[in-house]
Amino acid sequence: MDLEYTASERAFRDEVRAFVTANLPADLSAKVLEAKRLTRDDFMRWHKILAAKGWVAAGWPQQYGGPGWTPVQQHLFDEECAAAGAPVILPFGVRMVAPVIMAFGSQAQKDYFLPRILSGEDWWCQGYSEPGSGSDLASLKTRAERQGDHYIVNGQKTWNTLGQYADWIFCLVRTATEGRPQEGISFLLIDMKTPGVTVRPIRMLDGEEEINEVWFENVKVPVDQRVGEENKGWTYAKFLLGHERTGIAGVGKSKRELQKLKGIARKERASGRPLIEDARFRDRIAQIEIELLALEVTNLRVLSEEGTRKGPGPEASILKVRGSEIQQSLSELMMQAVGHYGVPYVREALDADYKGETVGGDYAAPLAGVYFNMRKTSIYSGSNEIQKNIISQMVLGL
Amino acid sequence: MDFSLAEERRLLQDSISRYLGREYAFDARRKHAASPEGFSREAWNQFAELGLLGLTISDADGGMGGTPFDTMIVMEAFGRALVVEPYVATVVLGAGILSDAGSPAQKEQWLPAVATGEKLLAFAHSEAAARYDTRHVEARAKKDGAGWKLDGAKAVVLNGGSADALIVSARTSGDAGDERGISLFLVDPKAKGVTVRAYPTQDGSRAADVKLNGVAVGADALIGHADDALPVIERALDRGCAALCAEALGVIDALNAATLEYLKTRKQFGQPIGRFQALQHRMVEMTIRAVEARSMAIVAASGITQTDARERSRLVSAAKAYVGQCSRFVGQQAIQLHGAIGVTDELIVSHWFKRLTMINATFGDADHHLARVSDLMLSERE
Repeated sequence: MDLEYTASERAFRDEVRAFVTANLPADLSAKVLEAKRLTRDDFMRWHKILAAKGWVAAGWPQQYGGPGWTPVQQHLFDEECAAAGAPVILPFGVRMVAPVIMAFGSQAQKDYFLPRILSGEDWWCQGYSEPGSGSDLASLKTRAERQGDHYIVNGQKTWNTLGQYADWIFCLVRTATEGRPQEGISFLLIDMKTPGVTVRPIRMLDGEEEINEVWFENVKVPVDQRVGEENKGWTYAKFLLGHERTGIAGVGKSKRELQKLKGIARKERASGRPLIEDARFRDRIAQIEIELLALEVTNLRVLSEEGTRKGPGPEASILKVRGSEIQQSLSELMMQAVGHYGVPYVREALDADYKGETVGGDYAAPLAGVYFNMRKTSIYSGSNEIQKNIISQMVLGL
Repeated sequence: MDFSLAEERRLLQDSISRYLGREYAFDARRKHAASPEGFSREAWNQFAELGLLGLTISDADGGMGGTPFDTMIVMEAFGRALVVEPYVATVVLGAGILSDAGSPAQKEQWLPAVATGEKLLAFAHSEAAARYDTRHVEARAKKDGAGWKLDGAKAVVLNGGSADALIVSARTSGDAGDERGISLFLVDPKAKGVTVRAYPTQDGSRAADVKLNGVAVGADALIGHADDALPVIERALDRGCAALCAEALGVIDALNAATLEYLKTRKQFGQPIGRFQALQHRMVEMTIRAVEARSMAIVAASGITQTDARERSRLVSAAKAYVGQCSRFVGQQAIQLHGAIGVTDELIVSHWFKRLTMINATFGDADHHLARVSDLMLSERE
């Protein structure tokens, strides 16, 4: 039993740190650290820097252009990138659709899509949820009717993250209505420029447009853009969920946010004294620090044991539940740390090139918005209640 | 990084579990707890034969030279079986302090005898007015010729009534809350001026209040250097906390297993109560706490091996705080999910719950250790 990283793990971390320090543009990390608004170009700049180094797809096997890292190495990479304020590598292409294509796609799909995901040439988004199908995903209604070598797709997807920038969308669509609802679903790859695809942004509670509705009206999709077999899409979607355990807990980002919270608590004043000297507030930071340590070690236990077990276990659900709760608590405390300066809403101040006067500390403007935004973490990718159902059924046998 | 159990530890784990499963079932444990001393000398001798009593004593002093991870294995199993033997008092605290700071003569006199099970120790440190503050010591030791004279009172000394020697902290200089000025002494509980008032504890174990009234001890009773015992005391208590975290983990796992079994068998409204989502989610949260408590017990055991005392304390306190919170949650939920049967003495569930509650109150509760982590934040570099 050894909680310390090995010499080679430490050397790997140093190598990653040196690369990130030398190659992450300062203006980009400043935006991330200050929680400013990120553009499509911001995400792609970092993606391309990593792609050039061969590090963009940490979890991919080497045969497809991944670096061949162990789960612990992937975790160290995530931590270093998060600590430095790198934008996240968006999961939709690299972590979600790519593993499905690798496992179930045709050779032609692998040859075409995987290199483009690596290079960043294609921006992917996810088309799972529908207005009537959130947690009960199998009830989805978007139809794909076979007409010769094409499907004709009609329906509506929603809660589509950053789809306004996307070149491609991977969709679960209904190809049969008989039998169990899970058995009539197929997994389609759809070019967003195809006639009949409409994207409408949804303004969220933080005032930002991060999420979209996507409409399909008689959209023609070639049959060879279906992954795997017709009506077997549910299997592929399940494979995707819980496939990746690294990163799901968000430990690296939360560690960075904890340091930021402490920094704010040192700068803010209460009764003229640094807020961090207020024992009541400091105890709340300590509580999160302790919970984050428990999550970090749990995460490391899961990662270091990952090679020794088959298929996804309950761990992914536990990491998702606790990781999201801790992210939410951190954002809440951060907003609370600035007291009444959590109240003003100066929308322009979220732009990196904002030159106007700040209200509150230079870090205050985004904090309430981040808190509002973080409410999503216990809802998305299987709400925490659904995760508890999964643990209850799959692990406890209840 | 490696979380796997080494082969020797797996064997250790197996032999303890086998022994406890055979000889330390709930009925036997009840009997031991109700006996005059509150534990079983026979079981203690068996522990010695299994090598548990000398586990963390060095080879040179008659032990096996084990690490805090070995203690974790032992304590986790003890938690499950609700062992009442004075292991923490004698092995973790007593032998730990003498191993750290004892003179060669003190080690030679006590450590091999602890390893063979012949001698028991207890650590008489906490005082009523100190609550959990480790440096608050009012008991005094004054130079008296070549030796010392001790006065004061010690509170809730674990297994103090059975010890062959008490390791007593007393102030040789300074005032109650000072960091410096505390010393440690070996005191014979039968010596003139020592009063030991032993009593049972809520969880079926034993403790004692100790009064020292002009107790004369020789120069050879001093452990380590005069005035400089606080680091030794803090290290010992951190070790005690790590051991208790592992014990709590064993109890938590046992409670969860019993509760899950109950949810699957107990029927109400014509179905197993585990079919109800309100109860399922509660059970899932208990499971998550158990996974996290195991992570934190590992953090505590690993923290003990840290050379930097502040980092050691930070990790151990983080673990003791969080394991305390997990214990409280799992204990209370386990009782609730068992319904009325859970609040009876008949079921082991209530005894596990009581042990968890008392572990939390020992060597500092969750709030105390949270505050310790919190206060260490003030001296962090930006």
